[in-house]
Amino acid sequence: MATASLSTVQLAPGQAAWRRFRRHRLALAGAVIILVLVLGSAIGPYLLPFDDTYIDIMKRFAPPLSGAHILGTDELGRDVLARLMMGGRVSLSIGIVAMVMAMAVGIVVGAFAGFYGGVVGAVLMRLVDAVLCFPTIFLLLALAALTEPGLVTTTILIAATAWMAVARVVEAQVRSLREREFAVAALAFGSSNLRIMFRELVPNAIAPIVVSATLNVAKAILLESYVSYLGYGIQPPAASWGNMLNNAQIYLTSAPWLAIVPGVAITLAVTSLNFLGDGLRDALDPRMNIP
Amino acid sequence: MARYVVNRLAQAFMLLVIVSAIGFAILHMAPGGPLSQFAVSGQMTQDDLDRVTKQLGLDRPLPIQYLDWFGRMLKGDWGKSYRDGEAVLSVISSHLGATLELMATATIIAVLLGCWIGILGALRRYSLFDTLATVGAMIALSIPTFWFGLVTIYVFSVKLGWLPAGNRQTVGDGSFLDLLHHLIAPALVLALVETAMWGRFMRSSMLEVISQDYIRTARAKGLPEWRILTVHGLRNALLPMITVAGLQFPTLLGGALVAETVFTWPGMGRLFLDSIGYRDYPVVMGILMFSATMVLIGSLLADILYAVVDPRIRVG
Repeated sequence: MATASLSTVQLAPGQAAWRRFRRHRLALAGAVIILVLVLGSAIGPYLLPFDDTYIDIMKRFAPPLSGAHILGTDELGRDVLARLMMGGRVSLSIGIVAMVMAMAVGIVVGAFAGFYGGVVGAVLMRLVDAVLCFPTIFLLLALAALTEPGLVTTTILIAATAWMAVARVVEAQVRSLREREFAVAALAFGSSNLRIMFRELVPNAIAPIVVSATLNVAKAILLESYVSYLGYGIQPPAASWGNMLNNAQIYLTSAPWLAIVPGVAITLAVTSLNFLGDGLRDALDPRMNIP
Repeated sequence: MARYVVNRLAQAFMLLVIVSAIGFAILHMAPGGPLSQFAVSGQMTQDDLDRVTKQLGLDRPLPIQYLDWFGRMLKGDWGKSYRDGEAVLSVISSHLGATLELMATATIIAVLLGCWIGILGALRRYSLFDTLATVGAMIALSIPTFWFGLVTIYVFSVKLGWLPAGNRQTVGDGSFLDLLHHLIAPALVLALVETAMWGRFMRSSMLEVISQDYIRTARAKGLPEWRILTVHGLRNALLPMITVAGLQFPTLLGGALVAETVFTWPGMGRLFLDSIGYRDYPVVMGILMFSATMVLIGSLLADILYAVVDPRIRVG
């Protein structure tokens, strides 16, 4: 009698996640678009014969695809493609750096609140609730109005208004993980609280943290575009996707490409990151099902 | 029920205290603090500034100042605008109507359209409509609101000439039709993100309800499908939407600020930006506190209302 050899192929967790992620076509497309935007912004300016801040008053308002300027020129005759690429460096960097800062604050606050619970947890989480009461754009603009605008301030302020969601996610994870056997074992082992929090609990919550981080980059890029569009973020002559739209409304009739080009770049980046985050959520933790 | 409401009120008051402490801290971050207006004007010597500081009690310890400030906030004394000396609260209330008009219109559009899309998506899960709606919602949530406003102005005002490019009414006109004509574009722009959110939440709420046991029971009883979906399904699926309305409030307010800016709509968001431009800190802080308080009250009302319609919530 032959033994039925029904061997199940055991996939490593990473492999299984990659399979699930690959099925999510929009997330894959998002990843590719993000890669293109990052590479284009990083390398593009070296390949272009134009400088992003070079003013050529004789060639202002050249429409796209007319002559040497692929995406046309703006109200001062600067090359729009060069500004788009340099602006991409600024906007994407702000998105990533602000995300890292927001994650750091959110993870620390969430870990402490979830681990200690009780009064510490209540105070920290009520603080999170209180900051969430302020509509983000109002809070961001009020803070921006009180400080000197610039690259560093804008990044810090965006992080200051974006850490709360992460804190909530991490708090819930840590609160439930700390009751699990491995955490109790670590405690019995004599590990310090800090070690348990950041070497045992937080790494086990990595899936929702990665998803949250991806969505956070998208949010930060959106927020940068809002403050810079309103004139309180990145200051010209430096370009960012947001401040390229700053003057676009005035020239909407005569030079619509000034409004369309940067807006498409922002929408592409944010949509891609959101789809990527969605795909990662499905891939890393199939149980998580947040609308 | 009374217990739940009292508990929830106490929570809300505690949140208000923390919110106000944050607001107070931000106010003191202002360059020159609360006296910056006089310091900037250059008409006061250092002696004068010191004297005014004493008169206004700004030399007292910060916690005492905070309690004093919080007490005055509760009484409705929110300070005076630097620009024209008008009371902050009356400046805000004179702009509130326009904002509420915009927000209410956008919400009505978003609730009707969003719920319809969400319900249909849930009933025909993974159909072409559902897929398109899901992808469309994600894109709608990713478009910067102000840029969508610019595109709307370009298409409908510049190219087609159908809609006015901004403002609440034509100067000298002000008839209902004129007001409506001006309202369409900003309300639709504001409604985009809201519709996407409502659609997503409605879809998942409906999906959850139609997998419940009582729906199966209703089917087993042989009730007609439309009756199952409306009376048993929809009624229960709509309940959690009360919470969504509360959750969506901050986003709605923030979106209103942006839409008002693009469409030069004379509301609170526009006032906020103008005040920032004039460095009119009392009004800026007033609107910041006002909007946070509105959000707080909104979520409080949503919670209480939800407890009224769904008795299960009251426990715990």
